[in-house]
Amino acid sequence: MRYAAPTTTREAAALIAKAKGRAFVLAGGTDLLVRMKIGTIEPELVVDIKRIPATQSITKSATGFRIGAGVPTAAMGENNALKKAWPGVVEAANLIGSDQIQNRCTIVGNLCNASPAADSVPALIAAGAKAAIVGPRGRRTVAVDKIVTGPGTTSLKKGEFIEAITLPRPPPRSGDAYLRFIPRTEMDIAVVGAGVSLTLGPNGVVKKARVTLGAVAPTVVLVPAAARAITGTRLEDVALAKLAAACEAACNPIDDMRGTIEYRTEVAGVLARRAAKIAYQRAGGN
Amino acid sequence: MSEALDTREYKVIGSRVVRPDGIDKVTGRAAFGADLNLPGMLLGVVLRSPHAHARIKSIDTSKAQAMDGVYAVITGADFPNASETEDPALSANVMAREKVLYHGHAVAAVAATSMAIANAAAAAIEVDYEPLKPVLSLDEAMADGATIIDEQLRTAGADEASDTPTNVAQFMRLDRGDVEQGFAEADVIVEGEFATPTVHQGYIEPHACVATINEGGQANVWCSTQGHFDVRSLAAKVLKINVADLRVTASEIGGGFGGKTTIYLEPVAIVMSGKARRPVKMTMTREEVFRASGPASATKSRIKIGAKSDGTLTAMQAWIGYEAGAFPGGPLAPGLMCVFAPYNAPNFLIEGVDVLVNKPKVAAYRAPGAPQAMYAGECMMDELARKLKIDPIDLRILNAVEEGSTATYGPKFKAIGFKACLEAAKAHPNYTRQLAEGEGRGIAAGFWFNAGMQSSAEVHVNENGTVTVIEGNPDIGGSRASMALMAAEELGIPYEQIRVIVADTESAGYTNVTGGSRVTFATGMAVIQASRDIITQLKERAAATWGIEEELVEWEDGHAVPKPGVNADVQPLSLADIAGNAGRTGGPILGRASLNARGAGPGFSVNLADVKIDRETGKVDVTRFTAIQDAGKAIHPSYVEGQMQGGAAQGIGWALNEEYIYDADGVMENAGFLDYRVPVASDLPMIDTQIIEIPNPTHPYGVRGVGETPIVAPLAAVANAVRDATGIRISELPLSPPRVLEALDAAEE
Repeated sequence: MRYAAPTTTREAAALIAKAKGRAFVLAGGTDLLVRMKIGTIEPELVVDIKRIPATQSITKSATGFRIGAGVPTAAMGENNALKKAWPGVVEAANLIGSDQIQNRCTIVGNLCNASPAADSVPALIAAGAKAAIVGPRGRRTVAVDKIVTGPGTTSLKKGEFIEAITLPRPPPRSGDAYLRFIPRTEMDIAVVGAGVSLTLGPNGVVKKARVTLGAVAPTVVLVPAAARAITGTRLEDVALAKLAAACEAACNPIDDMRGTIEYRTEVAGVLARRAAKIAYQRAGGN
Repeated sequence: MSEALDTREYKVIGSRVVRPDGIDKVTGRAAFGADLNLPGMLLGVVLRSPHAHARIKSIDTSKAQAMDGVYAVITGADFPNASETEDPALSANVMAREKVLYHGHAVAAVAATSMAIANAAAAAIEVDYEPLKPVLSLDEAMADGATIIDEQLRTAGADEASDTPTNVAQFMRLDRGDVEQGFAEADVIVEGEFATPTVHQGYIEPHACVATINEGGQANVWCSTQGHFDVRSLAAKVLKINVADLRVTASEIGGGFGGKTTIYLEPVAIVMSGKARRPVKMTMTREEVFRASGPASATKSRIKIGAKSDGTLTAMQAWIGYEAGAFPGGPLAPGLMCVFAPYNAPNFLIEGVDVLVNKPKVAAYRAPGAPQAMYAGECMMDELARKLKIDPIDLRILNAVEEGSTATYGPKFKAIGFKACLEAAKAHPNYTRQLAEGEGRGIAAGFWFNAGMQSSAEVHVNENGTVTVIEGNPDIGGSRASMALMAAEELGIPYEQIRVIVADTESAGYTNVTGGSRVTFATGMAVIQASRDIITQLKERAAATWGIEEELVEWEDGHAVPKPGVNADVQPLSLADIAGNAGRTGGPILGRASLNARGAGPGFSVNLADVKIDRETGKVDVTRFTAIQDAGKAIHPSYVEGQMQGGAAQGIGWALNEEYIYDADGVMENAGFLDYRVPVASDLPMIDTQIIEIPNPTHPYGVRGVGETPIVAPLAAVANAVRDATGIRISELPLSPPRVLEALDAAEE
């Protein structure tokens, strides 16, 4: 196995593109190193991207935020501007693993690990996040919902990796929230996750919403029907019931030791309702 | 032997001193099972069965043997025939012979210069299996026409001997009076069926050992164990070697809870070390710990209780089936003996079976058999209280055993603390605290016999008056501190002047396992006796120094003094004075004691649990938990409370989330701490404790064992709280969110 720690994205992309065997990007390593240790992967090349300055910071601009691929999620939790703008994204990122894990793990790693149960991904998709990709043929930017194609697989091409995630600047009277269900309080994998991002119009009516579900399908599900169910409402009980029903209808989960199909489906609706209420409150609705 | 209770005022015991091993343990300096490295040491791995039940047709190790860096490859053929050993089941569990009996059963092992080579060599071993149908549950094992796991097995203890092969290893019955008559006399009868899953002790340190055989043929083993003398005797049985040819040193131990009272890796490492003529270290992965060490039995049970309308019990009946795993030996007897032990029932019939299934051979887990049995029994006591509309504590007080009661399992109780625990529970503010919306409260009782058994201790007086205590129990729960406290109490010197050494099998007198809640009671008694032996000698030395009769000398506050009224013009002699002068009064001063302790006082507990239920997800949160237990006398109250809190944490895990999940082929799906969910700290409330002290009359300080009772009551306390919160009796553990939500949804329909 070879290990490389380049200092520029171009260099990193070239190394990965030229690798003869399987090459992996190392950021926090909280998934990669575990998989190497238990022997499920044997990389020919590991490219550590933490020495690339562009991966190391959270920057705020007029258009929103840019979160480098090497930024540990704990740093997201310490960034007040980010927390204020996208509390749901930050709370999702700060649910991954444990405190120790969060000192290393990154949202890009969480995304590229491509688990259907990844905690930060439903929140990122609900927030309309984009991935800044670099590769041997240059840069491209795609919506986060286009990255994961199935459990363990992504749309990244050979030599490509994600340098940063961008989040738009939220419009006024916006709020987001993420909830996940686990049988304990921490250090667990989501049985169901639900992300909601919404913007209110005048009089507290939901003008625009995005609703996402995790761990109920091979990839995170964006549920436009659920968003429609609450758009134009003040989250009255009828609207929330419709939201839950739309979420249940969007579920296509597996039956496994972490939850049955019935359980995941029922709880998806419950969590979406609860997340919507939190997002609504954060947006200033009553 | 047992000792008379000494009712003097204590000066040292009962204080909360810092344990001597504590700082090394929290800073990572302490040496655990995997921490020993020797020159030339090889690393060993075990090849394990991919089938839950299969016949081994052949094993070809030639490719593995030929690999560079491989020094030993062994299979069952390298061990004495299991059937010719004193413990055939243990022997066949350590290394499979004709058949593999569970997924993860050891089939072969390799020792090599690196883990990578050892793993590659293990993968190169070719095993030809003939897969057989696995038997994966008690019901399946007992069904007509069930696949037979062991053709030679016949039911022990059956009413009528049969020569038909069976999976039922043992039948057992305890009874008194006429249970039918008792139910006929009852005004109210409650009945229920219960099930509990296979669970693991969840000790943090995986099994690990280092074995080396010297050129003279003597083996040295360093390992993480609850009893190095047991490792010696068990390994000697499996390998048919002389115990004198095996020296075992216990490392520090990162938890055992009963699971480290047996052996897995040690004989394998010894055999490979012999072949390789090099030291061999073996360490289980967490996955191996789950798949191949001994969990606690899954159970099925049926309980029926009858009572008069005032709550007086008229009849109690139980049937409890224990899964033994792949070999006989589930905790049937203790389970049956515990199930109704807290109560006076004029008529009872308690029956049960120990049944083979294709799962790992079960091992002890804290009060083996009792949590499963008393979960069922205490849930039904709760139902009885509900049906009678009697306070559940009052119902238990009305029927509680006390001094002089005859236990369901035979003996008459001496002084016990059950009623005192019940009364403390009733008076506890947590019993009357207002519940919030959606919360429920449950209570349950717990019982465990506690053990005595054999212990030895030596006390050495150093030349400056400090003292070394040498004993043979690996220190899991703070026993070094407790031993030092008891020696300090006897000798009248400060705790800080005493060092306690846990010595190896050739340096300490024979001592049974750290288990059965016996160490503070039995080994403590040996330390007290050895200290008293020292005092006798100290008085002799003082008498010789003063030129007076020994009978005229007393030991008081760490000093030899003349008895009151003795006319001698002498200054008191401290332990240091006498120790410093020992060379002139007869040489070094050593005390010793060895004993087989009897009269372990039974432990009773009462637990209160409050839970909050998320009715939309089925998640149960324990919001308040109160453990009340009779410790007899708490030598070190913090460590007694620690036992109570730890037992509660494990019991809550058992009640809410822990379970082995198997697929249809008998492969455990959740062999890791991610999906085998022990509670993490944030899952639990602060566990309130209240120590009750009803002295055990057969120990000098009144000590009872405290380590096991704490895990017995939490299962039912939590289950009864969930029943209280939901109005639904869910009769199967764990009360995991999907199971609770399903029950809530079903009740709504």
